[in-house]
Amino acid sequence: MTSAEIKAAIESQFPGTIVEREDLADHQVELKGDQWLDIATFLKNDPNLSFDQLECLTGVDTGEEGPLETRYNLHSMEHRHKIEVIISHDRENPKVGSIEQLWRIGDWFERETYDMYGIVYEGHRDMRRILCPDDWEGWPLRKDYEGQESYHGIVVPKMKEEDGWE
Amino acid sequence: MGVLENKFQDNVIVASLDKLLGWARSTSPWYFQFGLACCAIEMMASAASRHDLERIGMMPRSSPRQADVMIVAGTVTMKMALRVKKLYEQMADPKYVISMGSCATSGGPYWQHGYHVLKGVDLVVPVDVYVPGCPPRPEALIEGLLKLQEKIQTERPLTRKIA
Repeated sequence: MTSAEIKAAIESQFPGTIVEREDLADHQVELKGDQWLDIATFLKNDPNLSFDQLECLTGVDTGEEGPLETRYNLHSMEHRHKIEVIISHDRENPKVGSIEQLWRIGDWFERETYDMYGIVYEGHRDMRRILCPDDWEGWPLRKDYEGQESYHGIVVPKMKEEDGWE
Repeated sequence: MGVLENKFQDNVIVASLDKLLGWARSTSPWYFQFGLACCAIEMMASAASRHDLERIGMMPRSSPRQADVMIVAGTVTMKMALRVKKLYEQMADPKYVISMGSCATSGGPYWQHGYHVLKGVDLVVPVDVYVPGCPPRPEALIEGLLKLQEKIQTERPLTRKIA
């Protein structure tokens, strides 16, 4: 199926869930987050779509003003078609349903995205940090992230780009 | 120290034994076998047949209890820093630390934006020898180890230290 046909299939099954956006490429589609788990189940189980592979799941911080995004790269081994699903999150309270039990690879993907961006995947059975220590403060890949000044008594020296040493 | 004190008329024999002990210690500093990043590959190359660390008496030990030297080979993250400190504390005295490569010495390429990288392993453990390089070649590491051996050789474990 072409990207347009995949989008039409989503639109016919879940009307009103596709968000109109001008800046996206042909294979990308932005969806509303509230029905995501149902849509994902449909994308995986519908015989015409059959997205059996979650190639990648990552987060994007679009800047101070913009929202956080989760991006899912889906691929179908059977039909050899692919699509990228984008879901935007509110910056203050980012959360979306977890697809961890649908595509099992999503387990660690979602934990990493949670670790780096603070996006909570509701329904994930083990929502912990995966790379940073459990008592780490802040979400490192967010654009407004400020590094910790000390960690367990270890001082972190800082350097400002204009002023040299601090 | 206490055993030999005031047993001799002068210090000649004690000083010689000191030297003997210094020589014995310096020629078999067993190092703790663990690597943190790409520097560990060079450390392995140093231990392998071409450079052969055993010819200068260095042998890898898998337990901190049996090791004399800790070679910190690679980037130390904050998460690892606490563990490196714990491993150092588990080693028996006398113990020495070699900081191998830019990352262990100062944070290296992660100095400015590496939010989770420890900016120098000397913030958590005392370092005896710094080996520069990214990563240092085995020759550079061996140079650092020979420097450490010189340092151990000059130590006088039986002589009372006067503060």
